[in-house]
Amino acid sequence: MLRRGGILAFFPLAWMIVFFVVPTVLVVLLSFRKRGTLGEILPEYTLEHYRRLADPLYMGVLLDSLIMAVVVTLLCLVLGYPLAYHISRQSRRWQRVWLFLVILPFMINFLIRSYAWVILLRAQGVVNTALMKLGLISQPLPLLYNDGAVLLGMVYGLLPFMVLPVYISLERLDRRKLEAAYDLGATPLRAFWHVTLPLTMPGVLTGATLVFVSSAGMFVVPEVMGGAQSALIGNVIQNQFLSARNWPFGSAMSVILTLVSLAMIALMYRAFRTAGGKEQA
Amino acid sequence: MGRNVYRRAVAVYSAAILAVLHAPLVVLIAYSFNDSRINAAWSGFTWKWYVSLFGNERVLEALGNSLYIAAMSTVIAALLGVPAAVWLHRRRQRALWSGLFYLPQLMPDIFMGLALLILFSRLEIPLGKWTVIAAHVTFCIPVVVLFVLARLSGIGRELEEAAYDLGATPRQTFFRVTLPLLLPAIVSAMLLSFTMSLDDFVITFFVAGPESTTLPLYIYGLVKRGVSPEVNALSALMVAVTILLLAVAELVRRRGETPARAVQPKRKET
Repeated sequence: MLRRGGILAFFPLAWMIVFFVVPTVLVVLLSFRKRGTLGEILPEYTLEHYRRLADPLYMGVLLDSLIMAVVVTLLCLVLGYPLAYHISRQSRRWQRVWLFLVILPFMINFLIRSYAWVILLRAQGVVNTALMKLGLISQPLPLLYNDGAVLLGMVYGLLPFMVLPVYISLERLDRRKLEAAYDLGATPLRAFWHVTLPLTMPGVLTGATLVFVSSAGMFVVPEVMGGAQSALIGNVIQNQFLSARNWPFGSAMSVILTLVSLAMIALMYRAFRTAGGKEQA
Repeated sequence: MGRNVYRRAVAVYSAAILAVLHAPLVVLIAYSFNDSRINAAWSGFTWKWYVSLFGNERVLEALGNSLYIAAMSTVIAALLGVPAAVWLHRRRQRALWSGLFYLPQLMPDIFMGLALLILFSRLEIPLGKWTVIAAHVTFCIPVVVLFVLARLSGIGRELEEAAYDLGATPRQTFFRVTLPLLLPAIVSAMLLSFTMSLDDFVITFFVAGPESTTLPLYIYGLVKRGVSPEVNALSALMVAVTILLLAVAELVRRRGETPARAVQPKRKET
C-alpha cells in the first residue's frame, strides 16, 4: 500500500521540489554570491548585498513598504469588519449572494482593477470631469499618482482578504454569549467590544495576515497608480531583476521580504492559538 | 431600539462598500462602449473598440497564448494534484509533505516569480510558453490538492470499503467509486486554476519570453502607455470571462454537494 502510494505521489512531489524547493534554495544562494565589476556573478560568497540593504536609501524603502502594509491592513480591518458583520446577519441565501458579490471583483486581475481607478481618478478622468462640470472645482484635483492613490488601490484590492475570514469567524460565533451580555444590560457597543470582537479575533488575525503578506510584496498598484516617490520594496526588487540587472542584490532583498512576511504569519499564528485557547477557557 | 439603529447604519454602510467595490469595474466596462477616445465624455454607443481588438494580430496572439497556457497548466496541475491529494489523504502523518503544497501559497508572488526566473536561467532554459506553463502549474497544484483533500475528507471511507467488500480491486474502486465522487471538486479546482492562470500577472511577468506574451502582460504594456478605449474593451472582455468561469465553477460545486449529502443518511443506517 505504501509502496503503491509512493508511486502515486512521486511525480507531484518531484514537481514541487524542482519548481518550488530548488528555486527557493537558488534565490538564497544567489543572494550571497559576489558580483564582478561587469555585473557577472563570481563563484565566491559574500555578505555585501545584505550589508548594502542597511543603506538608509533601501532601509527607507523597506520601512515605507512595511508602514504601507500596516496601514493597508488596519484600514482593511476597520472598513471590512462591519461589512463581514452585516453579511453574517443575513439569511443563508442572501449570505451567498453577498459573498459572491464581494469575491467577484477580487478574482479580477489587479492590473485591470488598478487601471479602472486610473480611468476614474486621472486629471481628465470621470471624477475630475464631473466635479468641474458641476462647477465645484476649476482645476482638476491631483487624485492620482501619489501615495494616497496607492493606499486606495491596495485597500480596494485586498479588502475581500479581510472580509472573508472575519465573516467565517462571525458565522461560528456563539450567539448565546451575545444574548447573555444583553441580558446583563450591556449596550450594543459594549457587547460588541467585550464579546463579539474578542471571539472573532482568529478571523481578524487570518485576514490581517493575508492582507499584510499581499501588500508587502505588491508592485503592480504602485506602478500603475503611484507617483515617482511611491516605489515600494516590490518595485525595487523588480527593478533589480529587469533594469539594474543586479540579481544577487535583488535576491537578498526578496529573501528579506519573504522572511519578514513569514515572520508576520508565524506571529499571527501564535496570537491565533492564544486567542483560540482563551476562547475555550 | 438602539440595536436597530446600529444595524441599519451597518446595512447602509455595507451597501455603500459593495457599490465602491463594483463601481470602478462598471465604469471601465461602460466606457469600453464609448464612441469618443476621451474617456470622460460620453458621445454615444459603439462596438468599434471590440471590432478593432479582433482585428489586432498582437491581441489575438496574446489571447491564444493565454488560453493555451491556461489549458495546459490546468490539465497538468489536475494530473499531478489529484494523485498528490489521494496520497496525502491516505497518510497518517502528512504535516511535512502537505507543507510542500501549502507553503508556496504563503510566499509573496514576486518571490515565486524571480525564484523561477533564476531556476530557468541556471538551467539555461530559454523563456517561453513552457516556462510560463511550468510556473502556472506550480501555483495551480496547491489549489487542486486543497479542493480534492477537502472533498476526500467529506466523502469518508465507507463507500470505498463497501466496494472492497464487494470484491472490487483497488484500481476498480478508484476509477468507479472514488474518482466519480471527486469529480465535482476536480472540475471546480480546474476552473479556478484556469481563472488564476488566465489572470496571473506577477509570476508570468518574470518567466515569460518575447514569444509568450499573455493578455495580462499585453494589457500591462498598454496601461503603461496610458488610458485608451482598446484597453477598456480588452479589460472588459477579461472581466466577462472571469465572471463566466467563476459562475460555472460555483454551479459545478453546488451540483457536486448534492450526491455527498445523499450518501450521508445511508451511512447512519449501516
